[in-house]
Amino acid sequence: MYKAHIAHIAYQFNDLRTVMAKATPARSGDYLAGIAAESHLERVAAQQVLADVPLKRFLTEALIPYESDEVTRLIIDQHDANAFKPISHLTVGDFRNWLLSEQANSEQLAALAPGLTPEMVAATAKLMRIQDLILVAKKCRVVTRFRNTLGLANRMATRLQPNHPTDDLAGVAASILDGLLYGSGDAVIGINPATDNLQATSRLLIMLAELIERYQIPTQACVLAHVTTTLNAIERNIPVDLVFQSIAGTEHANTSFGINLALLNEAYQAALSLNRGNIGQNCMYFETGQGSALSANAHHGVDQQTIEARAYAVARHFNPLLVNTVVGFIGPEYLYDGKQIIRAGLEDHFCGKLLGLPMGCDICYTNHAEADQDDMDMLLSQFALAGGTFIMGVPGADDVMLNYQSTSFHDALYLRQLLDLRPAPEFEQWLIQHGIFDHNNRLNSGSDIPSIFQPGLQKLMSQHNDN
Amino acid sequence: MTTKTDLVTPNPWQALKRFTPARIALGRAGMSQSTETHLNFQLAHALARDAVNLPLDFSALANDLNALNVSTQMLSSQASQHAHYLQRPDLGRKLSQASQDELAKQTSADYDAIIVVADGLSSTAIQTHAAPFIALLMPALAAKGYQYPDVCLVKHGRVAIGDAIAAHYSARFCIMLIGERPGLSSPDSMGIYFTYQAKPGVTTDAERNCISNIHGNGLSYSQALIKLIYLLEHAELLAYPVWD
Repeated sequence: MYKAHIAHIAYQFNDLRTVMAKATPARSGDYLAGIAAESHLERVAAQQVLADVPLKRFLTEALIPYESDEVTRLIIDQHDANAFKPISHLTVGDFRNWLLSEQANSEQLAALAPGLTPEMVAATAKLMRIQDLILVAKKCRVVTRFRNTLGLANRMATRLQPNHPTDDLAGVAASILDGLLYGSGDAVIGINPATDNLQATSRLLIMLAELIERYQIPTQACVLAHVTTTLNAIERNIPVDLVFQSIAGTEHANTSFGINLALLNEAYQAALSLNRGNIGQNCMYFETGQGSALSANAHHGVDQQTIEARAYAVARHFNPLLVNTVVGFIGPEYLYDGKQIIRAGLEDHFCGKLLGLPMGCDICYTNHAEADQDDMDMLLSQFALAGGTFIMGVPGADDVMLNYQSTSFHDALYLRQLLDLRPAPEFEQWLIQHGIFDHNNRLNSGSDIPSIFQPGLQKLMSQHNDN
Repeated sequence: MTTKTDLVTPNPWQALKRFTPARIALGRAGMSQSTETHLNFQLAHALARDAVNLPLDFSALANDLNALNVSTQMLSSQASQHAHYLQRPDLGRKLSQASQDELAKQTSADYDAIIVVADGLSSTAIQTHAAPFIALLMPALAAKGYQYPDVCLVKHGRVAIGDAIAAHYSARFCIMLIGERPGLSSPDSMGIYFTYQAKPGVTTDAERNCISNIHGNGLSYSQALIKLIYLLEHAELLAYPVWD
């Protein structure tokens, strides 16, 4: 039993799970689940209780039982007690203070990551303001490699997302060319297929592999099909760089996605065996997002921000190249408006980085959310200040296949100008070599198409749509 | 002096636009989007936002349908306000008490089909496409000899709200017309959900068939009707394999 006396009212919370839920800054998904604080006062009471909870408690009071959930088992079994030792005497409130102190530098935070559980970092996030989330995340350094180096200081990468409503190859190629000529695509060139089957996925994978090979682009390809589709493609010797999967923070939610840890491990081992990265072997790409467990009715009474952090325990088990929180895609029943989306994106980035993950953010919204481009600019700017690893690059911010708004190629260039954030070094060199970027992190002033692309463009122009 | 054309750098790959509806080759002002492309985006977003937020004019819709000799009745979900409707999909799936009382007054003689029209997430879609589609649908149902009660118009309804209505009328087929979540390029997209022997609280979304993307640049009314009739006939075949 957890108790607080505040403003002459005695609050009681039955368990740690309830304290966590009630302490969470307001968001529609927790109201939908019926677990949110019923007043501002109750929320602050829960935050005060949470601040006094020893971090150790999270190792003994599981929010979702060890026996019934393989994600809990992964979290507990993989916990590194030695790494945890420097902070093992602290409460959640103390830990916030420690994170904000100068003691917590990049080296300390990197060494600490295996000693932290998702619940510890989620709890701390609930006591933090936006500026705290930004300041601490910025101190974390997570570097991953496949064909380029992601996560270095003063750099920010972009996923080029050239989706097309019917997976038309010429249509996809047109968006890829547009993106590359705007300097996008170092995190990955990643296509969401309109049709998730082996044939459609294979066609796109072969096209991407040929493109990267022909133009010697220091980046990696991914078709965001279900992991079983990608495994089938690998078995048929289709070139696969990164294996993609959407993941969640409970076993039941993952079951609803058609996955479990064993299947993810099978896919991870298969991708490793291809050995296609030339400078590193981080070969997994995961996507997550607050609310997915609730939408699968698999949340066990745990708040959506904590469940999201638990998904990062799944992710880090497979040394991913990229983890992307698709923050505003799920809709207003989980994150109602710009305010909720902005905070969730920064919480997710903070939690992921503390746990040692290369966190990107699909800064996005749907048309039934109370959000607009101004809200996206707020999160975009704050995410870059927080040292976010990568963002999306979608032509004109309008994804014409998934029907939502993300960030545009221009949005990335805004951040490059404003904060002098450069692409991954190998990709930056390639952009300069082909006259797309100058040496000052800007698009070249000329409007000519670089000579390397002219034959390909001619070929594309002579084609007809294949649908 | 700077000329106006110097202010925006165009992209020489404009011709690629014919391959995709994506917003490619936008050009730039500095490194940013030009005033023109920015305002084009804002226009599309305004249409989509209005489709979600402007209330459906149910009386105009009823008039349109009555003019086709189609009788209607008005029902509502438990989501009383629009903001509530957006945040509580569970309430949008349940009939309000007043609507349940209204249905209880009516005899639930066996019908074959029930047609439900709900605003969903695009009032523009339903205001524009529901009546013209129903004008094609009714003769097709009549030709099969199907009996159906008044068309139910549901305010703040989600797809599953049709299940309770179908169950009340003991109708085998539930045909639900609903406004789909608008994209920037399709603020007026209507979807049709076809559910066979709907059971409230039991039927899952996986058990429904969806005909999506019905709008001016998408699926036409007649294409949608062909798909729907196919589903109706297929459901009957699967239901009575032994006798057929």
